[in-house]
Amino acid sequence: MPGLEDLYREIILDHYRNPRNRGELESPPALRVEGFNPLCGDEIVVYLELDGEGRIAEIRIGGQGCSISQSSASMMSAAVKGRTIAEVGDLTRAFKAMMSIHESSLGGEAAEPAEVPDVKLGDLEALRGVVKFPVRIKCATLAWNTLAQALDDAAS
Amino acid sequence: MAVTSPLDAAAIRADFPLLADSERPLVYLDSAATSQKPAVVLDAMDTYYRTINANVHRGVYRIAEQATNELEGAREKVRRFINAASCAEVIFTRNATESLNLLVQSWGRTNLRPGDAVVLSHMEHHANIVPWHMLAAERGIELRWIPLTEDDRLDLTDLDTLLDGAKVLSVTAMSNVLGTITPVRTLTDAARAAGAISIIDGCQSVPHSTTDVQALGADFVAFSGHKMCGPTGVGVLWGRRELLEAMPPFIGGGEMIREVRLDGFTCNELPWKFEAGTPAIAEIIGLGAAVDYLEGIGMDAIRAHERMLTDHALRTLEARFGTDIVIHGPADPDQRGGVFSFAFRDLHPHDISQILDERGVCVRAGHHCAKPLMRLMGVGATARASVYLYNTTEDIDALADALEAAGAFFAF
Repeated sequence: MPGLEDLYREIILDHYRNPRNRGELESPPALRVEGFNPLCGDEIVVYLELDGEGRIAEIRIGGQGCSISQSSASMMSAAVKGRTIAEVGDLTRAFKAMMSIHESSLGGEAAEPAEVPDVKLGDLEALRGVVKFPVRIKCATLAWNTLAQALDDAAS
Repeated sequence: MAVTSPLDAAAIRADFPLLADSERPLVYLDSAATSQKPAVVLDAMDTYYRTINANVHRGVYRIAEQATNELEGAREKVRRFINAASCAEVIFTRNATESLNLLVQSWGRTNLRPGDAVVLSHMEHHANIVPWHMLAAERGIELRWIPLTEDDRLDLTDLDTLLDGAKVLSVTAMSNVLGTITPVRTLTDAARAAGAISIIDGCQSVPHSTTDVQALGADFVAFSGHKMCGPTGVGVLWGRRELLEAMPPFIGGGEMIREVRLDGFTCNELPWKFEAGTPAIAEIIGLGAAVDYLEGIGMDAIRAHERMLTDHALRTLEARFGTDIVIHGPADPDQRGGVFSFAFRDLHPHDISQILDERGVCVRAGHHCAKPLMRLMGVGATARASVYLYNTTEDIDALADALEAAGAFFAF
């Protein structure tokens, strides 16, 4: 049985205690997208500013949720700041692949996506233990799904 | 002040296989979501499948007749349990959610016109909100909301104004989030005086106290089997016969018809008019066994036991955690059932329940299918512990110990 230390890694608790890029950006000009986890009521607000070259110039995170959703959002904000939309896309796919390994083996659906971008996840690796707690996977992916929605909105 | 219970909860636990397992002792504090099941209920369902499995109301052979007798026998048990006037008034559904949807779709569609008002309360479960929203969007009916007092009771100050011209009052008998027991008789009397029908969501009240549908003064009562020691997949709608007679069927199919021709059909009589298709036979029989089990222990004794646990929980949690814990709902154990939603320090309910789970303590974390209430409370989610006849003061103490551990884990 997985233990709490698999879930609540020190680096996760650190991001929970001291969330990075917490706050708001004036919108407009910033993009503002809300994400909800209808199962537990967690909500996240992603504020995003892109520069002329398609990089994430500024990102802020609002909303409320559990330690996993909040720390995941904090780590995400640190990881994507300054990156191009293409880089963020790769990072998102790599992160989700890490999260969905167990998700897919549980659901009996198609296995891992054929191509997982070869990118370093860094601190985000700390969230790998979440897959041992299937109920919490949605907590960890909430911020990423919200960011993807924001980038989709930006593209359209 | 020592508060005693008329029940021997430790002995009762032995009736429940999942709780009697000493390998991994479970502190089960989520009975408001679903109750555990005693062996007699599991055995009743198993015996049906193993010895008399046949469809009901059809075959003339022996086991078909036995199955039909068992199913209709369970209906009679439920009738007696809630003191309904007749078995014709006891309709089996899938759950209370389906019972309420049946009412909205059948009674609501027949009787509500654009501009008509339906009165609900701020502490309703989604099952008593969303079906009305669905009809409101289609019919243009108005939904009115009974507000809450500061201490989480229904604020009835403007009840008569809210009911003025309303066609329906539909409220819970006990909140699944706050534990608040509502003054049902006062509500149904006010509805009748205003010319509105009254619907009671009895999901949290029927399993935990004596129910007399005739004394409640309501027109309809909905409840689920799985919260009262019965299996999932069976619920009940009780209604006053003359209202049920006047309602059109909800779902069409076998069982609910008297005659079918190429150009139409006529309905079966009550209660089968509302029971299209093969019913959940084993589950209905299981619910009958659950009713026998609860009656054997006594509903008044169960209520007294839970009142004792409520008193113990409120005192213990406050004594141990003081201002670190906020327990929602009325402070008076006479005004509430054994459901405790709480906030503990600034810990998120998910994190609380995760750490409690490490110690075998099962509590619910989330919005409890009551998002309007959560919004009113200004929270996204709460942790919720709820008790039943098999819980002990030791369970409450284990909850308190686990909360202390959670506090230490997240201390910063």
